[in-house]
Amino acid sequence: MSGFDISGEAASIVSVTDRVREVAVGTPVGAVHFLGDTAVFIGAEENATFVKPDGETSTVALHGGAILSSVTDGKRIVTGGDDGKVMQLDAGAKAELIATEAKRRWIDNVALHPDGAVAWSSGKIAYVRAPKAEEKFFEVPSTVGGLAFAPKGMRLAIAHYNGATLWFPNMAANAEMLEWAGSHLGVMFSPDNRFLVTSMHEPALHGWRLADSRHMRMTGYPGRVRSMAWTAGGKGLATSGADTVIIWPFASKDGPMGKQPAMLAPLQARVSMVASHPKQDILAAGYSDGTVLMVRLTDGAEILVRRNGTPPVAALAWNAQGTLLAFADEDGAAGILPL
Amino acid sequence: MTTAAALSKIPVTVLTGYLGAGKTTLLNRILSENHGKKYAVIVNEFGEIGIDNDLIIGADEEVFEMNNGCVCCTVRGDLVRILGGLMKRKGKFDAIIVETTGLADPAPVAQTFFVDEDVMASARLDAVVTVADAKWLSERLKDAPEAKNQIAFADVIVLNKTDLVSKAELLEVEARIRAINPYAKLHPTERCKVALADVLERGAFDLDRILEIEPEFLEAGDDHDHHHDHDHGHHHHDHDHHSHGLKHYHDEDMQSLSLKSDKPLDPAKFMPWLQQLVQTEGGKILRSKGILAFTGDEDRYVFQGVHMMLEGDHQRPWKNDEPRESRVVFIGRELPEQAIRDGFAKCIAQ
Repeated sequence: MSGFDISGEAASIVSVTDRVREVAVGTPVGAVHFLGDTAVFIGAEENATFVKPDGETSTVALHGGAILSSVTDGKRIVTGGDDGKVMQLDAGAKAELIATEAKRRWIDNVALHPDGAVAWSSGKIAYVRAPKAEEKFFEVPSTVGGLAFAPKGMRLAIAHYNGATLWFPNMAANAEMLEWAGSHLGVMFSPDNRFLVTSMHEPALHGWRLADSRHMRMTGYPGRVRSMAWTAGGKGLATSGADTVIIWPFASKDGPMGKQPAMLAPLQARVSMVASHPKQDILAAGYSDGTVLMVRLTDGAEILVRRNGTPPVAALAWNAQGTLLAFADEDGAAGILPL
Repeated sequence: MTTAAALSKIPVTVLTGYLGAGKTTLLNRILSENHGKKYAVIVNEFGEIGIDNDLIIGADEEVFEMNNGCVCCTVRGDLVRILGGLMKRKGKFDAIIVETTGLADPAPVAQTFFVDEDVMASARLDAVVTVADAKWLSERLKDAPEAKNQIAFADVIVLNKTDLVSKAELLEVEARIRAINPYAKLHPTERCKVALADVLERGAFDLDRILEIEPEFLEAGDDHDHHHDHDHGHHHHDHDHHSHGLKHYHDEDMQSLSLKSDKPLDPAKFMPWLQQLVQTEGGKILRSKGILAFTGDEDRYVFQGVHMMLEGDHQRPWKNDEPRESRVVFIGRELPEQAIRDGFAKCIAQ
């Protein structure tokens, strides 16, 4: 018998699904990061799974419960757990305890500074520990929703209810509060240090131009924005939360004010994760139905990386060279695509 | 939410009660009883619970206003965060109990389950259980609006410390409770000794069970609080005749209002009326529930609401031997009774 199989969307879209190396993490996954060319899948609970370029996998114990947050600078990964611990992982798969919360409160957020400083938060308090410096802390009026270091200088953005606070841990001066009503969760500086953007509890983003604290409202999402990524060169901010990837233009001095976002890669599923290629105008997007696409920003051309029919994509990351794309769904079915 | 959709979600019991009523006693009872289930517990004060459990989480009771122009639309921001974290440990526990502080308004907790998409996807509100102090509740209802809110909001009321009051005092406090909330299940107890099945897995917010668990709902008197609890005589010894002795109070500011029609309603009139009502009076309406017979509709329609938030669905076909009767109940503060009655009457299909 001869013939060929046309399976759904594959007829009209370039597919590289056959080039994906499947990875069986075996337990639910919350995030993935790269340390060099080794993909590190952060479990929803307890462990991290290292997958080396040759496919060798190993599991490292991290927390005594849920892993609530993780971040990487490419050299190390820092995680926060519901066991009250802040842990660090290096490329050699060595886990190290960085801090323990005295009352075993949850470590909700972590952030890394390019100079090596680590920040974490528990409840309303954000902590910073820089190399060769004392640990410092700062309390905001409500529980910390997210943390981000500015790309330059020692400045930490702390998202919370009704705004975000810019804290300078090394200066005695008062922290600066950027106000906007509502609950702010995720937070990011633009790579050029000109804008601060938060994702809110409601389906919207809020931004401030740091020079004059001018507001930028970015609304219209059907669902909450859980994933944000600056496109190569920081020209745009790609986001999840809709049934297309929404990319807000940030190239001009006014950012996205008065402009419409680009909408790419529409599917009949919600975008759950976005990850920008580190060098080129290419974006990876994961969807609520398990699909993973690569999208070219210049013309919207799509390449299928993973088919639909699974739980939502929960983890998505490129390595620093942009030669490897790793992904995983909520249940831990994962893959790595070499390019 | 219908039963099938609800089954896969983690049930959440909200435990409220004024200071000193016995919330912690009930919580300790739930956690220590040999039921084979594991509970994650969200508390406000660490250390009061005598049970070792790594799934006891401290909360901050942060009430957030939503940015949707609805002033009574508040959620518990900390609860959103904690439930999100707990869901990473799915499979490690069977149910969640949220204990509020004694002065808390239960509405933001309940509304969190109607508003937040992540919470709605993974958890379902099972019931609001209020622990009340038989000796002091009548006093608190006079001077503490929080205590009254907690009674009005409850699906289940554990009337605790009954050993500290006389039979007459107990009848008095029950009547006070019934004047505010005739629909909750009421369990008089000593030291919160109540069957766990009476406080957990109640499905009080499950649209499919609105009737099943509240037979009183249909049997309640025509329009007011003249309601007698028929099914709890077995919980304690000296109560079998209490319906004869139950006084009928009218609470000054918190009431329930029951509406009924044996003629079918016009959905094109009722739905906009209900929406409009909760939009304008939602601040006063704490809870609402209804079972509706619409013209040209073979299915029963059920709805429930918390302040301005409503959810409703077709439930099942009307049975042949079942009177096609519409019932709507509101519990709230200073309800504009006549306006509500008039508005409802206009929804009856002509």
